[in-house]
Amino acid sequence: MTNDLIHATAAELAAKIHSGEVSSVEVTQAHLDRIAETDGKVHAFLHVDTEGALAQARRVDEAVKAGEQVSPLAGVPLALKDVMTTEGVPTTVGSKILEGWIPPYDATVTRKLKEAGVVILGKTNMDEFAMGSSTENSAYGPTHNPWDLERIPGGSGGGSSAALAALQAPLAIGTDTGGSIRQPGAVTGTVGVKPTYGGVSRYGLVAFSSSLDQAGPCARTVLDAALLHEVIAGYDHMDSTSINAPVPPVVAAAREGLSGDLSGLRIGVVTQFSGEGYQQGVARSFEAAVSQLKELGAEIADVSCPSFDYALPAYYLIAPSECSSNLARFDAMRYGLRVGDDGTRSTEEVMSLTREAGFGPEVKRRIMIGTYALSSGYYDAYYGSAQKVRTLITQDFAKAFENFDVLISPTTPTTAFKIGERANDPMAMYKADLCTIPANLAGTPAMSVPSGLSDEDGMPVGLQIMAPALQDHRMYRVAAAYEAARGAFGGPSL
Amino acid sequence: MPSISRDEVAHLAKLARLAVTEDELDLFAGQLDVILQSVASVGDIATADIPPTSHAVPLTNVFREDVVRPSLGQQQALSGAPEAEDGRFRVPRILGEEA
Repeated sequence: MTNDLIHATAAELAAKIHSGEVSSVEVTQAHLDRIAETDGKVHAFLHVDTEGALAQARRVDEAVKAGEQVSPLAGVPLALKDVMTTEGVPTTVGSKILEGWIPPYDATVTRKLKEAGVVILGKTNMDEFAMGSSTENSAYGPTHNPWDLERIPGGSGGGSSAALAALQAPLAIGTDTGGSIRQPGAVTGTVGVKPTYGGVSRYGLVAFSSSLDQAGPCARTVLDAALLHEVIAGYDHMDSTSINAPVPPVVAAAREGLSGDLSGLRIGVVTQFSGEGYQQGVARSFEAAVSQLKELGAEIADVSCPSFDYALPAYYLIAPSECSSNLARFDAMRYGLRVGDDGTRSTEEVMSLTREAGFGPEVKRRIMIGTYALSSGYYDAYYGSAQKVRTLITQDFAKAFENFDVLISPTTPTTAFKIGERANDPMAMYKADLCTIPANLAGTPAMSVPSGLSDEDGMPVGLQIMAPALQDHRMYRVAAAYEAARGAFGGPSL
Repeated sequence: MPSISRDEVAHLAKLARLAVTEDELDLFAGQLDVILQSVASVGDIATADIPPTSHAVPLTNVFREDVVRPSLGQQQALSGAPEAEDGRFRVPRILGEEA
């Protein structure tokens, strides 16, 4: 029974809970047990909220018993990335600077999940301040990939994706600034979606790079991701960049895609994302996915987006610039860590000692890169040029979407690498986000859906699907059709 | 592009309010140099005629009626403060010795 419950999809669990076949408390307890049993090896969670989860599950069970109409995912457990504030529950963002901080308010995403009756199991591990591609930058130790515990689970949202792959939760929330939902999804064999920028509120999402940060759903199936997408998306007056437009019909699109017919759909293969630096097994998995999409009736052709070659350098100027400004709020005065306040030191000295003690090396590196790129004399050459590249990338997307409904590429150039392998080489680490960054710079939606396992190392590979802004449903349709055609590819044994 | 010196890294750390150690200065000077040389390639295609994009969504100021909405109370706002006194954040001295 427990085994069935942890293998089930969110859609299946919701149906069972809402029909009274099984209680949300049973489902929640099964997942809490799974976490207790496996998280010593995986370390997906920074905090497990057993009491809060069971209390929410009981509320849903009472509502179901009383015959009340409950929302589509009510009673289903979820793992929440530790970047979202949770009232009364610790939120660390993977950083020592917020160790022990208990937020006095819920992020909009947290609030929407609670209102929808979703059961929040706990907070998942992440690279500090979402800066990283391996979850090794967490101040609380790395998360391990359930497919091979010696390998990274991707990052920054490695905890959320690992929790899904380890059957600790059927649903998770991630945030994606340069690929932090999609890249962990790809390397753990799970689905990860970055919605259109502004589609999901950033209120209560601890900011890294505000013009790029976007929260989104993670799951083991495309339909589950769509169901979660509709729970968290929508206009929010608390976020000035929130889009005041209807939520794209992603659930309907995912169901439509399950019919398996993509006749007439035009798919562009981005030629920049292939060749040198791409692992053979990733390339072969991608080619197989292209063949399957053709069999489903899609028309496929190559498309060149030359500026995408410059997305990575542009990103590693824009994101650090914004972070150097955003992280100024960690000043040791209003919340979080304070170090060295012995009565003799000035505010500025205490601030500097606190930030030195509270931030890890990658965060310091990015703050300094950003400080440099924004300083007078260098602004035009660095930050200014990066903003122009951003314009070119947006134009390349627009041109490509004149001829294609969606674009595809591998999600990552390689499968999950070994823990420690790139830890001392920031540029090698940054390349994990090569294919995912353009969609962040353009604000367009993109997702990763598993394309099976690499034939050389047996590790999961992701297919990236990109769509125009506010056309999130297009990629769900394609992903659902592909997922059905692809079939099962097994799972990790823990 | 110019390579970045140890002194420049020390200056950046000061601007960013990071009391970095001597060892970190050595480490970061090398790493920042590699990163900055690598990202400088944006200059290859960023010609003068291209307008910059700061944000994917064209932003205009958002206006709303000036009405009172619920927000954090004083106690909640101070709940995470390292030190509080008389309903305020207590901070180390912010002025020079004679102040």
